[in-house]
Amino acid sequence: MNVIERQAPALHSSSADVGRARQPRTRLVVGALLRKELLVELRTLQSVPGMSLFALSTFVVFHFALNRNSVEGDLAAGVLLVTLLFAAMLGVNRLFVADADQGGFDAFLLAPVERTALLIAKTLTLLAYLVVLELVAVPAFGLLLLGSPLGPALPWLVVTLLLVDLGVAAIGTLVAALAVHTRARDLLGPLLSLPLLVPIVIGGARAVEPLLTQAHRTAPAIRWLLTLGLYDLVFGLIAYALFDFLLED
Amino acid sequence: MSDAALLVQGLTRRYGERAALEDVCLSLPRERTLVVFGPNGAGKTTLLRVLATLLRPHAGSVSVLGSALPAQSWAVRGRLGMLAHEPLLYRELTARENLRFHARLHGVREARVEELLEAVAMGSRASEPLRTLSRGMVQRVAVARSVLHDPELLLLDEPYANLDPAAVELVAPLIGVGGDGRKRTRVICSHDPSGGLAEADVVLGLRAGRAALLRAADQVDPDEIVGLYR
Repeated sequence: MNVIERQAPALHSSSADVGRARQPRTRLVVGALLRKELLVELRTLQSVPGMSLFALSTFVVFHFALNRNSVEGDLAAGVLLVTLLFAAMLGVNRLFVADADQGGFDAFLLAPVERTALLIAKTLTLLAYLVVLELVAVPAFGLLLLGSPLGPALPWLVVTLLLVDLGVAAIGTLVAALAVHTRARDLLGPLLSLPLLVPIVIGGARAVEPLLTQAHRTAPAIRWLLTLGLYDLVFGLIAYALFDFLLED
Repeated sequence: MSDAALLVQGLTRRYGERAALEDVCLSLPRERTLVVFGPNGAGKTTLLRVLATLLRPHAGSVSVLGSALPAQSWAVRGRLGMLAHEPLLYRELTARENLRFHARLHGVREARVEELLEAVAMGSRASEPLRTLSRGMVQRVAVARSVLHDPELLLLDEPYANLDPAAVELVAPLIGVGGDGRKRTRVICSHDPSGGLAEADVVLGLRAGRAALLRAADQVDPDEIVGLYR
């Protein structure tokens, strides 16, 4: 007599009761994934605090290394964008680590769900990390390196940084999914994503530069905002097209 | 459509130059249990991962629940449950949070989570992060995860690993009998000849990726299984 026959079954939920073979809606799956991501980050604090501390310490280093009380114009834009970009790399590198190390990938692949849900959830997660990073980093940048407050230029800075964040999140998610299955994932992530992110840094810095010119702060040139938007769209579509293949064996 | 839950012909899977599985053939009717024996590195886990649609076969044909892999993998996902060496659970989440997460991925009602937590006697520890639980407790939660959506096919890699006898008594019915009261269709990897044989309807013995033994369980001598490991 085998083990099964010795035991009385403990549960008799029917298939319909448990919902077997029913495909959950992508929106709900994205919600579940996003909730899981944020819970794990809140409990481990492995990404956002590291990213924020990196940005803060970089601004302090710039403050002393440049030996100036304030920077403005293209120099300020460059310092801000490059610092945010390198801080973002820390988040990109850790984006899929818990899934790869703890079997989350396999669990997701076994579920009857659209794989795009994982792309959307991870992109939104990285976007959330970047927004929190900027909530810490931009005031610190203003305090340590900007001579005068941003004032009316602040809404434009928010718009520009959101466009930058969208691109970084789409490219970062794509590259992180590619790199996480390799042994050199910590090296491969930045190595692959930095060249792809150069146009975002250029577009972002050009758009932010007039906002950081102390004498007369003006709105960013629309062409740079459009460039950023177009780049975000292109890489969003590329990520959408490629993501399924990155998850396959 | 074939009535076989599994139909494998000439399955080969390589890692680089090394063949982890080579020319493996087997079939398994529904509501039967296939137990796979073999020493470490024989290809047991690779076989499970191919059947689970997580690895592509490099040669041969594989049909799972009537769907050919890898072309129709999408039709199989959600109909199988897998219990691997890794529990496929997040260490920072609690048992309840992990199971709720998987319930949402599979479109399963949340009340089922509480039922299963009670069934594996984890109700009182369900709010603690998994990293604080013993390996046996994590294994119990992993069993609950694998049957959460009442799968048609269960793929189990040493399901009783780390479990004490009382825990084995708890999880055996969950992985043995489906929600509809029928015996589950199962593939079990085991290193326990007597325990494995007691569960088996069909026995597959793997050695260096090849099928060294494939027979009905009642025609297998336990010494033949022991011989696979020598």
